[in-house]
Amino acid sequence: MLKISGLNAWYGESHVLHGVDFEVREGEVVTLLGRNGAGKTTTMKSIMGLVPRREGSIAYKGAETIRMASNKIARAGIAICPEERGIFGSLSVTENMMLPPIVAPGGLDLDTIYTLFPNLKERASTSQGTKLSGGEQQMLAIARILRTGAKMLLLDEPTEGLAPVIVQQIGRTIREIKNRGFTVLLVEQNFRFAATVADRHYVMDHGVVIDMIPNHALEANMDKLHDYLGV
Amino acid sequence: MFTILGIPGPLLFGQLLLGLINGAFYAMLSLGLAVIFGMLNIINFAHGALFMMGAFVSWMLLEYVGIGYFPALILAPLIVGIFGLVLERTIVSRLYKLDHIYGLLLTFGLALVIEGLFRNGYGSSGMPYRIPAALQGATDLGFMFMPNYRGWVVLAAVVVCFLTWLIIEKTSLGATLRAATENAPMVQAFGVNVPRMISLTYAGGVALAAFAGVLAAPIYSVNPNMGSSFINTVFAVVVIGGMGSILGSILTGFGLGIVEGLTKVFYPQASATVVFLVMVIVLLARPRGLFGKAV
Repeated sequence: MLKISGLNAWYGESHVLHGVDFEVREGEVVTLLGRNGAGKTTTMKSIMGLVPRREGSIAYKGAETIRMASNKIARAGIAICPEERGIFGSLSVTENMMLPPIVAPGGLDLDTIYTLFPNLKERASTSQGTKLSGGEQQMLAIARILRTGAKMLLLDEPTEGLAPVIVQQIGRTIREIKNRGFTVLLVEQNFRFAATVADRHYVMDHGVVIDMIPNHALEANMDKLHDYLGV
Repeated sequence: MFTILGIPGPLLFGQLLLGLINGAFYAMLSLGLAVIFGMLNIINFAHGALFMMGAFVSWMLLEYVGIGYFPALILAPLIVGIFGLVLERTIVSRLYKLDHIYGLLLTFGLALVIEGLFRNGYGSSGMPYRIPAALQGATDLGFMFMPNYRGWVVLAAVVVCFLTWLIIEKTSLGATLRAATENAPMVQAFGVNVPRMISLTYAGGVALAAFAGVLAAPIYSVNPNMGSSFINTVFAVVVIGGMGSILGSILTGFGLGIVEGLTKVFYPQASATVVFLVMVIVLLARPRGLFGKAV
């Protein structure tokens, strides 16, 4: 579904990714684990075309996207829920929800989305998207990309800074959208949470992927993982 | 004859109407500036010249092709809007990565070039544009006689301003525009062709200026300087209303026109400076402008 090879990326003069290689198969939930500054978010942004300078190969369904503008990548069927959530304060909650254009058939309809996120339905009339709580903003940021028909979802630290009960709800949501056939690439700091949703884990450090651990082998590799993540 | 505060009623209402007319042009022009600034982050100094082009194109349509006022109300904004689109694609778009000041300098230069070309071609004395037959004459409102054309200008400006506000605040296209003003890369990453939207926004703002130009043609003579005489006040309006605020531009435009009109009645000596006086006071008390969001 998504195959990344030799990905390099730069912010201005600083060289952030140094040849990232990994792949995500259709229907999988895959996480990128790693310390702060390992290059996880930059990898996500590179896939979405949001990094000004990138080289190497990012193939989605066999088509090369490395030279595409981000709107073309979105139209190919990839959607991002960014780390900073990207909720617009000048738009109401409903406008935020309806903002991303439909890129393909097969997205979830609003009723299904409101079943997954009942609190969003209650807050639908809120005049400013940024007036929602952190958890509600996170759910809105996930919910609005489920509408678009994009089948490859990039979720960048969706649990960051949220209360345990909200984290659980997001975990349920990720398992639910996997069951519905979505493919998810997830950036996480919290590998205990990642273990509850993911099929495989890639570990990043200093701008490269250094290891891959299948979820069932996570327990056996705990020492190694602690070493990688420095926890 | 009745008087209000010692001022003859017809004089007061006459100046109020004149103020309202000027306010209508301030509102339409500052609205276009606000839309363009929100999206492109460029202070479009060429706005006055494009307003003048709107008047000139309607005059040319009548003079050379025999196309009258009402079709020109649609055609001239379209023609000048396309001109704006070409300007944006070929020249203005090269500056988005640079500081604000470059956009200001470039569009100021463009204004000088455009005005210079028209002055070279048509002189600066100005050409008359007749009020269309359907809008000639005046209506007795009881307290004053209102020239029909002036009433039409105010009405048309209110409708156009309201429609623009409606599109931006209440439609999904407007929601996308507002979102792109806030965070363009994010909106593009959802699949919106943001560069194309920016070009069309510039063209839309320019078309709004040209529409105002057509409305202005029968009131002021059509001449190359008509834009620059307006634009200084319009920039003051934008500053007072708050950069980038849609509703603020409209209300401040009409409001300052009226303030100017009233000043002409009560203290004519200050009528040319009152807008700038208001600007100074507003900037001292509320630097972001009356309707501007906190920075």
